[in-house]
Amino acid sequence: MTRPALDDTSTADPTVRTVPPGDAKPATTWGRRLAQVFPPLITFCVFLGLWYFISYVFLDPARRFLLPPPHRVVQVGFMQSENLIELLAALWDTLRVSMVGLVVAIVIGMTLAILMSQAKWIERSLYPYAVVVQTIPILALVPLIGFWFGFNFNSRVIVVVMIAIFPIITNTLFGLLSVDRSLHDLFSLHNAGRWTRLVKLQLPNALPAIFTGFRISAGLSVIGTIVAEFFFRQGAPGIGRLLDIYRASLRSEMLISAIFWSSLLGVVVFWGFSFLDHAVTRKWLDTGRGTT
Amino acid sequence: MFPDGTEALRDVSFSVCPGEFVTVVGPSGCGKSTLLRIASGLTRTTSGEVHRAPVNLGYVFQDATLLPWRTVIRNVELLGELHDLSKEERRRAAKEALELVGLEKFEKHYPKSLSGGMKMRVSLARALTLKPPLFMLDEPFGALDEITREKLNEELLQLFMRQQFATVFITHNLYEAVYLSTRVLVMSARPGRIVAEFEVPFDYPRDTDIRFDAAFSNLAGQVSDALRSAS
Repeated sequence: MTRPALDDTSTADPTVRTVPPGDAKPATTWGRRLAQVFPPLITFCVFLGLWYFISYVFLDPARRFLLPPPHRVVQVGFMQSENLIELLAALWDTLRVSMVGLVVAIVIGMTLAILMSQAKWIERSLYPYAVVVQTIPILALVPLIGFWFGFNFNSRVIVVVMIAIFPIITNTLFGLLSVDRSLHDLFSLHNAGRWTRLVKLQLPNALPAIFTGFRISAGLSVIGTIVAEFFFRQGAPGIGRLLDIYRASLRSEMLISAIFWSSLLGVVVFWGFSFLDHAVTRKWLDTGRGTT
Repeated sequence: MFPDGTEALRDVSFSVCPGEFVTVVGPSGCGKSTLLRIASGLTRTTSGEVHRAPVNLGYVFQDATLLPWRTVIRNVELLGELHDLSKEERRRAAKEALELVGLEKFEKHYPKSLSGGMKMRVSLARALTLKPPLFMLDEPFGALDEITREKLNEELLQLFMRQQFATVFITHNLYEAVYLSTRVLVMSARPGRIVAEFEVPFDYPRDTDIRFDAAFSNLAGQVSDALRSAS
C-alpha cells in the first residue's frame, strides 16, 4: 500500500525527486529521532546493568544494603505511598526555601548591580565584598548564622541567598555595562537621563545576561537549601534533613530515592528558568544562526 | 585634543546652511568622525567653538544602532519617546518615516531578521521622525555592499530634496561624496585639517548615471588628487 503512494509523491513533488526512492522523508525523520533517543538510552541501560552488577555480584547479601538494586529503590521509594508522600512533602519544603532564597537573592543582587552600574565609585566600594561573600566557605558561617537567626527556616534562606547572589550580581552588572557605545551616544544626543537610560537601554540590554544569572543561581539555590537543611534542623525537614535521617538509619533505598528527587528538583528549576529566558528573549535575540 | 595628548583636529572650520549637503572625505583615522562628534556636541573641544541653531539634530551612526529587543516601528518611535511626544504623535511620525524609506511592511519585524541595508533604512527613518532641519551622517553606508550603498544614496538624495535639511555627511568614498553633495571638504591625515574644498555644480535631482559623465569624473579626479596629497 505505502510503496506506490511514496512513488506518487516523489514524481509529483519536484523537491522530493532528488531523494532516492528507498529513503523517503518520513523514514529519515524517524531515523533522526531514533538517532537522538538511542545513544542516551544505551547509556542508561549500561548504567542500570552496572548498578545490578554491583548490587548482586560485587556486594554479598550482607552488604547489599550499601547499594540495593534499582527495582528495590523503586519499590520502596516510589511505590509505597507512605514513603513517597514523605519524600514529596520534604521536596516541597526544600523547593519553598530555595525559591524564597532565590527571590531575595534576585531582589538584593539586581539592586546592588543596578547601583554599581550607576557610578564607578559605588562599583569599586561594593564589588570586592560581593567577591568576598562568594569566597567565604559557607559552612564556616553556619554556627554564627544559627546563633543570630535561629536554627530554622530563616537561617536556611540566608544560606541560600549567600550562595545564590553572586552570579546574579555579576551577570546583571555585566549586562548593564555591556551596552554598545554608539547606543549610549544615541541616548546622549537626545538628552536621556539616567532613569530613561536604565529602563529603555541598559536593563533590556542586560536581559539575556540576567537570565543566565537566574539559571545558574536557581541551581545553586537548591544546593544551598539542601546544605542548609543539614545544619538548621528545626521546622519542616526538607529533603536535606531526610537524607541525613536515612543515612543514620541505614535506609539506603530511601536515601537513593531522596537523592533522585533532589536532583530532579535541581533539573526542573534549571529548566524552568531556561524556559522563561527562551520565552522572553527568543523573539529578538540574534543568536548568529538567523539571517543577518 | 585627547587626554593622551593626541591632537585629532587642528584649525578646522566650516559652516552648513539649510539646503546644503556638505560631505567631508579624508583618509581613515584623520578625525572625520571626531569632527562630527564635536559638531553634534557628543565630544567637547579643547579649544574652538561650535555654533549651531538650537534645533533637533538627526544623527546617523556608522552602524544602524537599533535596539534588538524592539520591533522596527518601536525602534523608529524611540526618539519620540525620548522627547516626550504623545503616543499617537510618535506612532504617526514613525509610520510616516517608515513610509519614506519604504519599510512600512516591516514594522512588526525585529532587527535580527532585517538585512544590513534595511537596518540602515530603519536608522534613517528613526532620525527622520523628529523632522530635524540638520542632519549628520557618520559613514552611514560604509558597511554595506556597493549595490545597496548606491540604492541608499539615491534614497538619501530624494529625502534631501524633499526636506531640504542642512546635511553633514562623512565618508571615505569620493564617488559617493561627489554624487551626493553641494560641497566636498577634503581632510588631511592627523591632525585633521581641511585642505581643499570643492563646489559641486550639478543640479538636483541627479541621475545615478551622472557618475559616468566627463564633468563628474573630472571633479572626482580633482578630489582624488587632493585626497592623495593630503594623506
